[in-house]
Amino acid sequence: MKAPILSMAGFAAAAGLALTGCSAGGGESAAKASCTNTIVNKEAPQVTVWAWYPAFEQIVDTFNETNDDVQVCWTNAGQGNDEYTKFSTAIESGSGAPDVIMLESEVLSSFSIRDALVDLSEYGAAEVKDNYTEGAWKDVTSGDAVYAIPVDGGPMGMIYRQDLFEKHGIAVPKTWDEFATAAQQLKDAGGEGVLTNFPTNGRAFSQALFAQNGSVPFEYDSTKPTEIGINVNDAGSKEVLEYWDSLVKKGLVTTDDAFTADYNTSLVDGTYAVYLAAAWGPGYLQGLSDADEDAVWRAAPLPQWDAAAPVQVNWGGSTFAVTSQAKDKELSAKVAKEILGTDEAWKIGVEESALFPSYTPVLESEEFAQTEYPFFGGQKVNEDVFLEAAAGYEGATFSPFQNYAYDQLTEQLYAMVQGEKDGSKALDDLQASLEQYAKEQGFTLK
Amino acid sequence: MATTIAPVTARPPSTPRKTRPDLKDRRRQRWGWLFVAPFAVVFLAFLILPLLYAFQMSLMTSTLATGTNFVWFDNYAKAFTDPIFLGGLLRVGRFALIMIPAQMLVALAAALVLDNLSTWASKFSRLLIFVPYAIPVVIGALMWGFLYSPRFGPAGDLFGLLGLDSPDFLAQGSIFASLVNIVTWQWAGYYMIIIYAALRGIDPGIYEAAVLDGASGLQIALRVKVPMIASSMVMVLIFALIGTLQFFTEPQVLRAVAQGAIPVSYTPNMYAYSLAFSYSQFNYASAISFALGIVVFIGSYFFLFLTRKQSGLK
Repeated sequence: MKAPILSMAGFAAAAGLALTGCSAGGGESAAKASCTNTIVNKEAPQVTVWAWYPAFEQIVDTFNETNDDVQVCWTNAGQGNDEYTKFSTAIESGSGAPDVIMLESEVLSSFSIRDALVDLSEYGAAEVKDNYTEGAWKDVTSGDAVYAIPVDGGPMGMIYRQDLFEKHGIAVPKTWDEFATAAQQLKDAGGEGVLTNFPTNGRAFSQALFAQNGSVPFEYDSTKPTEIGINVNDAGSKEVLEYWDSLVKKGLVTTDDAFTADYNTSLVDGTYAVYLAAAWGPGYLQGLSDADEDAVWRAAPLPQWDAAAPVQVNWGGSTFAVTSQAKDKELSAKVAKEILGTDEAWKIGVEESALFPSYTPVLESEEFAQTEYPFFGGQKVNEDVFLEAAAGYEGATFSPFQNYAYDQLTEQLYAMVQGEKDGSKALDDLQASLEQYAKEQGFTLK
Repeated sequence: MATTIAPVTARPPSTPRKTRPDLKDRRRQRWGWLFVAPFAVVFLAFLILPLLYAFQMSLMTSTLATGTNFVWFDNYAKAFTDPIFLGGLLRVGRFALIMIPAQMLVALAAALVLDNLSTWASKFSRLLIFVPYAIPVVIGALMWGFLYSPRFGPAGDLFGLLGLDSPDFLAQGSIFASLVNIVTWQWAGYYMIIIYAALRGIDPGIYEAAVLDGASGLQIALRVKVPMIASSMVMVLIFALIGTLQFFTEPQVLRAVAQGAIPVSYTPNMYAYSLAFSYSQFNYASAISFALGIVVFIGSYFFLFLTRKQSGLK
């Protein structure tokens, strides 16, 4: 109850004092001591990296063993928002940020607008452009500027419990209409769970569902940083929300918050027969406990609005960016480009970290396509589902206040599933609140 | 014939007489300052300087698109007309109305009962009631998050025994009561110790007099003991009031499992936190923090004024 914000500000200020105190007498060696990994070549200059990939230490070791002129000093500064909060504070205080940082592509604009990221087009980003898919590259560029090097993507598919589908005689849905029918069938058959869950805190997940029906929520170009176009209440998004709202009202899907302990258990114990997932989803499932031992998992393409004209979408996906506090920008850019820019590193990335590469030499390799996944009973899920989804993804534009936009979306979706308003009203209200926020922040609306 | 004893209020010690500073005093003061110095340095560096820095920040604006400007008190004008901030204040106001009496009643009742007993069981109970306070707030809130969980919590089983559906403790309608429960559970023990200590300080002779006058146990408790510990009760009230106005940790932790029912701006402190660390509006967040500080100050002063008789400040 007693955690006043001011004392936190005080703590940050005090930490700043302590740091300046240190750097007077050999602060560099103090910084080196904080690496999680061991430095192979102690003479070489070091580049600090924040990242939270699983099994990342092996990737760092591979890099350090093969590079004499630079060494990576890696720290796990927390996952997602935890890391962003630290980075944000470091930007504000002017020190404390790493040289290279792992960022999800959706937050790049939020940091580039604060001049926190280095434009890598001046540091040879163009050389590696052809190594990445078009959609992934579009995610890291704004105008001519390149703010990061893509790492992994989250092309979406449908992971489902084949055993439950067979038990209740449900066909695998190819369209959202069929998906609604399947949900009804499961309920009529007296299944214990529901077909799936529609979390009100889905954030990027919800955004991907909207995008599948043609939503382009933001127009933003960092060369004109004071202009923004906001269009979150388009007809496509409204259709998506009304669809889910009707499933919720009929009791065919649940609305549990995502990424809680309850949700995690429901994912694997058969409460949800379907997990609408990104390519990193299987890796996530395998890390969860209390799984149903008899579960038979299979992957299928994401249901479509129009089966004749399928649209592929992406949920998540991360990148390496160079921060404006980087001491040696050239060297940092090299690390950002190369740490997960070799076949060797990606061997670990795919096999150990369960990442879905945006790096085309691996992504388009026959070996990756033909990989059989024991989790899916030997199904070649990349070939069957995710490669096609990745190839069809055209990239997205995110707002420079994405966190705010997601928080507002969560509030509106919650109001909708509580029955306070319909999907259309929820998105109109979201549009109004984002427009007002943009104006308060000094943007001109396009 | 039952007579009642007039409530006796605690009196403050008489004010110390003015001393003339002579050489000896001055030398002693120099030593005093030296002893205070370690504390003063830390106090300045970790509280006063950051406060000044935050205050300076609160006088500027920095928007994403247009950079930093000095705007005097514009942020404060914005804060006190910001429906989110005012809504948060109203919410903690409602928490104060429910939560503070709940904590004080539980604490007072427990203290009065324990004061009357003197067996090993009372010592053991005293410890048990105090234990929740020894649990870190974050851990406590996490624990309750699991207890409230429809899947992991015991409520499902308990209501299942009666053939009922368990209520959802994390839904929009019930989250308020759920939070009140957590805070009361955590803090009642602490307040109980304060009140209990005050009760032990009362001269037992007064009880004997009351018994001779024919007072029952209940009458002694309510008409002798309670008035005599009024100043402690006021202190507890002020603690609880300040804590409630700054309500942060429990809703922030529970938000992880109830993001819909607890929006980011649920309390003013949570609002300031998300402004600063999620939306990078450090300036406006500082202004919100100071605005909250002003409200807390006025609120506490107002209560101290209202209760000046009971607290012995008058």
